[in-house]
Amino acid sequence: MTATLTKPPVDVPAEPEQPRRKRDVAGILNWVATHAIGLALGLMFATPVVFVFLTAVMSDDQAFTSNLWPREWHWENFVEVFDKAPLFQYLINSLTYSLLATLGMLISSIPAAYALAKLKWRGRNVAFILVIGAMMLPPQVVAVPLYDTWSSLGLTGTLVPLIAPYFLFDAFSIFLLRQFMLTIPQSYVDAARVDGCSEFQALVRIIIPMAKPGIAATALFCFLFTWNDYFGPLLYTGEVKDQWTLSLALATFKGMHIVQWNSSMAVTFLTMIPAVVLFVFAQKSFVKGITFTGVKG
Amino acid sequence: MTATLGARPAPGKGRARARHRLAVLGFMAPALIGFVLFFVYPLVATVIFSFTKYDLINPPEFNGLANYEFMFKDPLLTKAIANTLWFVVVLTIARTVFALGVASVIARLKSGVGLIRTLCYLPSLAPPVAATLVFFMVMRPNGGPLDSVLGWFGVDAPLFFSDPAWAKPGITAIMLWISGDLMIIILAAILDVPQEQYEAAELDGAGPIRRWWHVTLPTISPVLLFGIVNSVILALQLFTQAVVAGSAGSGAADATGSTKYLGFPDNSTLTFPVYLYTQGFRYFDMGYAAAMATVLFIISFAVTIVLVQRMRKNSTAEEGGPGA
Repeated sequence: MTATLTKPPVDVPAEPEQPRRKRDVAGILNWVATHAIGLALGLMFATPVVFVFLTAVMSDDQAFTSNLWPREWHWENFVEVFDKAPLFQYLINSLTYSLLATLGMLISSIPAAYALAKLKWRGRNVAFILVIGAMMLPPQVVAVPLYDTWSSLGLTGTLVPLIAPYFLFDAFSIFLLRQFMLTIPQSYVDAARVDGCSEFQALVRIIIPMAKPGIAATALFCFLFTWNDYFGPLLYTGEVKDQWTLSLALATFKGMHIVQWNSSMAVTFLTMIPAVVLFVFAQKSFVKGITFTGVKG
Repeated sequence: MTATLGARPAPGKGRARARHRLAVLGFMAPALIGFVLFFVYPLVATVIFSFTKYDLINPPEFNGLANYEFMFKDPLLTKAIANTLWFVVVLTIARTVFALGVASVIARLKSGVGLIRTLCYLPSLAPPVAATLVFFMVMRPNGGPLDSVLGWFGVDAPLFFSDPAWAKPGITAIMLWISGDLMIIILAAILDVPQEQYEAAELDGAGPIRRWWHVTLPTISPVLLFGIVNSVILALQLFTQAVVAGSAGSGAADATGSTKYLGFPDNSTLTFPVYLYTQGFRYFDMGYAAAMATVLFIISFAVTIVLVQRMRKNSTAEEGGPGA
């Protein structure tokens, strides 16, 4: 970096024409190579889903074969899977879990994140470290006593043990919201206080409107995390079929319809749609949120 | 910025401070209760359960260190630890290097960035169960798409989820496919590297590879450390992909009853968390599961300390001010 000064400045303008053209050719080759690799990577990531889709629309017989391209397009496969399993019920269970958990998370995590980001109090740093610790803890570590407690309350076999914790504490959401709120200049909060706002008013009138993108990203992640969750539903609702979520049912669907690649791939494809739709509508929130989890740590 | 509560006029000081404390308490109350109920209590209870024999029906019975002693005599636990260690080493290296590689390519693209970034990132949003089944289908032997494509070159696809030697690599492939979140984090870090540093290196005559090695890598090393810690934690927790791949591979993907199939083929997908789950919630040996949970807790605690220390170093280096 500092070595720039050692180079005689004369070099740069005195460059002859020929090498520059050579460099242009190299630059074009470089461009082509980089973009070819990039395109190959993109295709590599997309191909598995394309195969899933193509298999999903094959006839029962053809899905058995090694054919890659469907001979006939059986779009009705996407509808018929709803007769093979109560997918609609599972969809409602998944939505119940994800929507209520996200709502609970917003109620409990926004104030906590505000206290961690914008209020000064003794023990704040310790509290933040505890949040990180909770975030890093494998869910299996606390599963035994929690299952024991929910079971003695008679609530295993329902979605309650999955949803209830979000109304009190969700470590990842608190962490992410706090990171977002740190980027809001302290002077806004202080100005609100000088104007006589209480802390609650400062949160509702200043922070929440300014942190909207962060709140949106956190809500998206919470929704997707619960939508994708497998361990929780398996632990608490594994035995009670009509409480299954889509993820849990999907793992089982493959077992019950092992021979029918087309139906199991149709269901697989359907369960991936919500994430794609959410991403298309909120791409910026996703990228921003993801970046915040790593860089601003 | 100095207008915090301390700067208020003297008469209201005491009351203001009390109000401030009340506000903090009010905002933190749900989180505090939740933390105690869902982390402090179960952690303490796990350690206590680990010294008992407990089957969820009869009251726990104290049995000293028996659960911990049994760990040393349990060949399946040895297998589970070996499998999880395999993932900690291979998955951590593969995931970090892969995400760094993809991010480095995307960072150099001039057109089509949005599309390719989206294609690389989207799989990470898919439900892990779905992602596992996608790979299970694509990698199936005898007529699976990968097998067909490899067949054009006269190669047979390995028996990914039914050969014990290939099951873990198969799961690693799934994990790489869904590593888009780490890619985006690394990509953001690469794009944040100040342009002047590259220009300076270029004037020194450094080509693109040397610029990447001497400028990009050192600058983004804190993010790479985050990626490594994050991958280690992911490997320690590996559960869903192992259970789904194992039970789909065995041909008996039943979420309930079928204890004997977890870990298929030949216990090669029996990770530590999967074994913990099997012991606790299939055999209802809660005491033994709690002992395993205690071990897992100690290990993840150690990993977390590494991360927290890195973050502390970072935040003091970056801001250092009271606002941090």
